[in-house]
Amino acid sequence: MQMQPSMNVGPAAATASGPTESAALSPFAASPQILLEATGLIKHYAKVKAVDGVSLQLYAGTCLGLLGPNGAGKSTTIEMLEGSLPPTAGTIRYRGAPLGDRFRQESGIQFQKTALQEFLTVRETVELFHGLYDHTLPIDEVLRLCALEELEDRDNKKLSGGQLQRLLLAVALVNDPNVLFLDEPTTGLDPQARRAFWELVQGIKARGTTVLLTTHYMDEAYVLCDRIIIMDHGKFIAEGTPRGLIEEHFGEGAAERPGPEGRPHNLEDLFLKLTGRDLRT
Amino acid sequence: MNRNTRRFAPLRRLLALLHARNLEFVRDRRTLGWNLLMPFGIVFAFAFIFSGPEKPLFKVGVLTPADVTLAQAKAAHLHPLLGTRFVDFYTPDNADAAVRKLARHQVDLLLDLRTGGMTTEGAAAADATAPAHYWVNPDSPKGYITEQLLRLNDRTAVRNTVTGKAVTYVDWVLPGILGLNLMFSSVFGAGYVIVRYRKSGYLRRLRATPLTAFEFLSAQVLSRLLLVMTIATLVFVPLTWIVGLHVAGSGLLLFLLASLGALSLISLGLVVAAYVSSEELAGGLLNLCTWPMMLLSGVWYSLEGSSPWLQRMAQALPLTHLLDGARAIMIDGAGIAEVWPHLAILAGMVLVFLVVSAAGFKWRVE
Repeated sequence: MQMQPSMNVGPAAATASGPTESAALSPFAASPQILLEATGLIKHYAKVKAVDGVSLQLYAGTCLGLLGPNGAGKSTTIEMLEGSLPPTAGTIRYRGAPLGDRFRQESGIQFQKTALQEFLTVRETVELFHGLYDHTLPIDEVLRLCALEELEDRDNKKLSGGQLQRLLLAVALVNDPNVLFLDEPTTGLDPQARRAFWELVQGIKARGTTVLLTTHYMDEAYVLCDRIIIMDHGKFIAEGTPRGLIEEHFGEGAAERPGPEGRPHNLEDLFLKLTGRDLRT
Repeated sequence: MNRNTRRFAPLRRLLALLHARNLEFVRDRRTLGWNLLMPFGIVFAFAFIFSGPEKPLFKVGVLTPADVTLAQAKAAHLHPLLGTRFVDFYTPDNADAAVRKLARHQVDLLLDLRTGGMTTEGAAAADATAPAHYWVNPDSPKGYITEQLLRLNDRTAVRNTVTGKAVTYVDWVLPGILGLNLMFSSVFGAGYVIVRYRKSGYLRRLRATPLTAFEFLSAQVLSRLLLVMTIATLVFVPLTWIVGLHVAGSGLLLFLLASLGALSLISLGLVVAAYVSSEELAGGLLNLCTWPMMLLSGVWYSLEGSSPWLQRMAQALPLTHLLDGARAIMIDGAGIAEVWPHLAILAGMVLVFLVVSAAGFKWRVE
């Protein structure tokens, strides 16, 4: 499939609804509100063009997944969208205005890799970030949302991988964000912890929070995302709903009926078809 | 794996780690460069500071006539004592301060040539017929010998005496040692932590919140200030009883000065921490900040009598103002009227360092 480097991933481009889509959250509802809009984003690192002129619109109340092989440019893209990395060129607007204090007040970010202040308990860590925002959720509610009530007095250095991810999510949710960035949040977690995390994210989506997710797990994207963008070599190469993209590339009903391999096609088949099977270095 | 390989396995593992660590060290150019330059810098600094002629045995303050410098007075042979070798002659800023130093045995003799003096070889004095005056502390052993030297050359000089207990080296050096401790705790304590925060990605996480660089740095400064001042107070108060350390001036003023001094030193550490991501490089740069203060700020010895430009250079260092002010309060009983220039300079340094560090603050590793 040949795609333009810069794509509008708005409602007109979508082809079918994803598995988690609900009418209330659908970007195809009348007058969907654009929460975050990026136009012509470019990022150069020395001689490397990590992101090559991408554009997207993130609709309120939806979950957008950004997928791509290693080195595709998705982490750079999400870092620019989060406001933590300045683009070489292009614009990013939140509610129609450049990223600024309002965006920081109303966004929550769970970085792929981060450290927390040492020698603090789970509750103290959440309290620390609670103090940095003007509008916040009650700390007990944040702990409950992320299933951390039992762990609130534990040193944050003594958490398991899954528990730490839940704490990082709690920190990202402390300001009751309108838009939540999740950068590979379940990498390194066991299947149980991953599924528990999915449930948390679905609960957050049900609250109306807009989510931008990057992940290497295609099942995760299929379960959580209303729309996905597949990225490679710094460009967007496909976008749409998970099921819609599978049907677009493998035929109608391909997501349900068994294909040549004796099972229905899935997002991983699509991903490999679009990005190739060569190992990325 | 054969038996030989297994036998030397610990050595092999050690060598593998040694090799990897050496590669890391050699490839980190900035740290390597720093580790090579730093020892050279220290050796040259020491060699420069301690080079020069033989150290004088006695110290004599000379009050010269108006518009006559000490060098001119010496050149004009305004008084025969001025030709004596191995005596450190200096011109005090004012007569009262010089007399106070004499009382504390910090100066061995004070020679006043403002109203007269005995000339040799017919050189002009303010009033060649009037005798010179001098002050000496009869309780000072070195003062006694210096007076004998004077009397050998000039029997007409008028004697004035001043008495007072000697300020021991311990009295003099203790503020320096406390200041040194304050400096290390402030500069390194604040600097290292921020570099570690940046390297671990914690700063990047904080950047995603509404927190500003100035707010973050201010919190770090205040947290460190609270810690260092609590420790300094806990150390200082028992010392006043244990070694009989006496504070002639106001304890509150001393606390204010120490707090401003600590603030300036913490802010100096932040200037380094604001720009650097490597802990090893940060360590080198923080050493670069602290070594000149250790040598030039009067921790171990007074720079009085050293070259004027060295003294001017010392005035650019926050520890100099902290120690000069602290000694003035503790030893001379100086009040706010005397130490306000030190307070003002330290406050100015705090402002400059904080603005510089906030302006260039990096939230993430580049």
